[in-house]
Amino acid sequence: MGWIKKNLFSTPFNSILTVITLFILLKTAPPFIKWAFIESSWFAESEVCKSGSGACWSVITYNLRFIIFGFYPYEEHWRPFTSMIILFILLYFTKNKKYRSKRLLGFWIAGLPIMGILMKGGIFGLTPVNSANWGGLPLTLLLAVFGLAAAYPLGVILALGRISKMPAIKALCIVYIELIRGVPLISLLFMSSIIFPLFLPEGVTISKIIRAQVAIILFTAAYVAEVVRGGLQGMDKGQYEAAASLGLNYYMSMRLIILPQALKIVIPPTVSILISAFKDTSLVVIIALYDILKTSQTVLSNPKWMGFSSEVYIFIAVLYFTGCFSMSNFSRKLEKELDTEKRFNEK
Amino acid sequence: MEPEVLEKKTPFWLDQKKRSVICQIAACLFVGIIGWYLVSNATENLERQSIATGFGFLQKEASFEIGESVISYSAADTYRKALIIGAINTLKVAVIGVFFSIILGAFIGIARLSSNWLVSKLAFTYIEVMQNIPILLQLFFFYTLFYDLFPSPANALHPLSWLFISNRGLAVAAPLFHPSYKLVFTAFAAGVVIFYIIKKIADKRERRTGKIFRVFYLSIALIIGLPIVTWVLTGAYFKVDMPVLSGFNFKGGIVFSPEFAALVSGLILYTAAFIAEIVRAGIQSVGNGQKEAAASLGLKKSQTMGLVILPQALRVIIPPLTSQMLNLVKNSSLAIAIGFPDFVSVANTTINQTGQSIEGVALIMAFYLTFSLITSYFMNLYNKKMALKER
Repeated sequence: MGWIKKNLFSTPFNSILTVITLFILLKTAPPFIKWAFIESSWFAESEVCKSGSGACWSVITYNLRFIIFGFYPYEEHWRPFTSMIILFILLYFTKNKKYRSKRLLGFWIAGLPIMGILMKGGIFGLTPVNSANWGGLPLTLLLAVFGLAAAYPLGVILALGRISKMPAIKALCIVYIELIRGVPLISLLFMSSIIFPLFLPEGVTISKIIRAQVAIILFTAAYVAEVVRGGLQGMDKGQYEAAASLGLNYYMSMRLIILPQALKIVIPPTVSILISAFKDTSLVVIIALYDILKTSQTVLSNPKWMGFSSEVYIFIAVLYFTGCFSMSNFSRKLEKELDTEKRFNEK
Repeated sequence: MEPEVLEKKTPFWLDQKKRSVICQIAACLFVGIIGWYLVSNATENLERQSIATGFGFLQKEASFEIGESVISYSAADTYRKALIIGAINTLKVAVIGVFFSIILGAFIGIARLSSNWLVSKLAFTYIEVMQNIPILLQLFFFYTLFYDLFPSPANALHPLSWLFISNRGLAVAAPLFHPSYKLVFTAFAAGVVIFYIIKKIADKRERRTGKIFRVFYLSIALIIGLPIVTWVLTGAYFKVDMPVLSGFNFKGGIVFSPEFAALVSGLILYTAAFIAEIVRAGIQSVGNGQKEAAASLGLKKSQTMGLVILPQALRVIIPPLTSQMLNLVKNSSLAIAIGFPDFVSVANTTINQTGQSIEGVALIMAFYLTFSLITSYFMNLYNKKMALKER
């Protein structure tokens, strides 16, 4: 009772606000719950669905394999499935501080090629699958994981270049960063999909997925660079001087003194950049790659399942939300784990 | 005896100065060679496919229609004009989007800080959900919302007497223009200018003598009163152009296409979530001590807000806010996915028709770069002005 009074009805204005909000919630939430859960059908055929008044989740249960795997050959679905399982296991262990060690890094280095081989096939008796047929969730995850993993170090290097004392390198980095940050990702994706083939010598082709992947990496790296530069500039000058007075060379002082501290203070903005990079992988829809958004749209263009877009989009939204939300949770956890100052305060 | 150690020359790869020169030359060479390689490939490929280069195609007839445009346009016009219309459409989305997303964002940001648990949690949920779902997905969602869920124009939703929502978009009543409105606008502009001058003089006097000149009522009188008086004097003309259903769509008033409505509402709702976080952080960044100090100086609540809290909060808010606005402009390029003819979408059609892909993408990049560079120029001016003056 006391809690309600204190948090909801402390002042007349607050009471009015509470009443209005409650009214809006009561008006919107029950119909939604009724639509999504009570009157919904989960496994009915589309004809049954169309006559019902609730949500038709069977558009997803019926087409789940296509939404998730796209045009990957039906009999081979276990391969991308296994790859994703490996990825999730690796991510799970990386999330946990206990398991973070050199050995885990080794597992990552071993795991990535295994996933690649599983996807591509061609050896060990696996039927080769053209990358044009890759799609759905594995493609989204592929673009995201490689995009983030490659953009981060590239961004750090660009940031170091931008604050370097060598004018030519500094200028190159500034031009690159500002150019990329000034244009939308779409223009880079267009460049990768329609212009880049023109820049290659005759006869050489690079798969569309790799070109899009490179565009995403180059784009994200520029944003990471700006965030990391903020961290580098926020460092106390004394740290640079201390490193120099210890006789450390540039590489050593960056590796051992400056970067560990600078990267730590920019964890939250870095993660929000990485989250938006993850969300931005959905833009490959525009250059007609079949990521999970495109496969779900393909389902919707089937006359049998037309008109159930809300259900499908909510499903995809939940997937993206889970991904982004766990990333931001992880960043909060990482921040706490790396908070060395707190340890000193406790003593 | 000469110390011989000093005579020894450092080898050039350990000499910092020489090493840095070598590094830079190597980097420039590397970039130059890659650039040259790509360009030479491109010229060769273009020659082989006999694609003409240059911007000559801009003068050719576009021969495609554009769904909506502010100025008149037909398929017989040039590509140049088509692109200009795309640019205007982008600007339209940007201006409306920025304006409303700031209002909504500030509102949600303040709600997030509310002492009311329900309101604060609701704002928190909104921010988390919107920030964690790709904007493209949201745009698709709003777009299909308009097409699948809203009724046909014949049974359009009619929540307010001047608003119709249907699957053909939003139809809104618009006041009809009358020549006397020109005078009213002039009066409004004059009111703003006069108020600005008086405010400057009053501020100067306040600094010199300490006498406070209340400008609040004067500002209302000048900025709102003056145009109203002019309006009444010129005959108080007021007529509204109501949207009327004719055939399959609305005529009259202002009709926003579903594409436009979906794009703008999606951008506003998405960007507002980010702006809300910025506003919240900005307000929280001003310490409690500042409020107490202002109170102990005897400042009133409104003065505390205007003279102490806002100036400090804005210093924190403005830089990330501008980058959010730029993000909104850049995100508006996703219009192509739902078929709104913005600059990217028109340029893309141009590329498909003419095959001038390099020029087309270059135009897109130049267009957005201009936006970013102008904004960052003004941001630098602002930062210089607002930089903490340490004494």
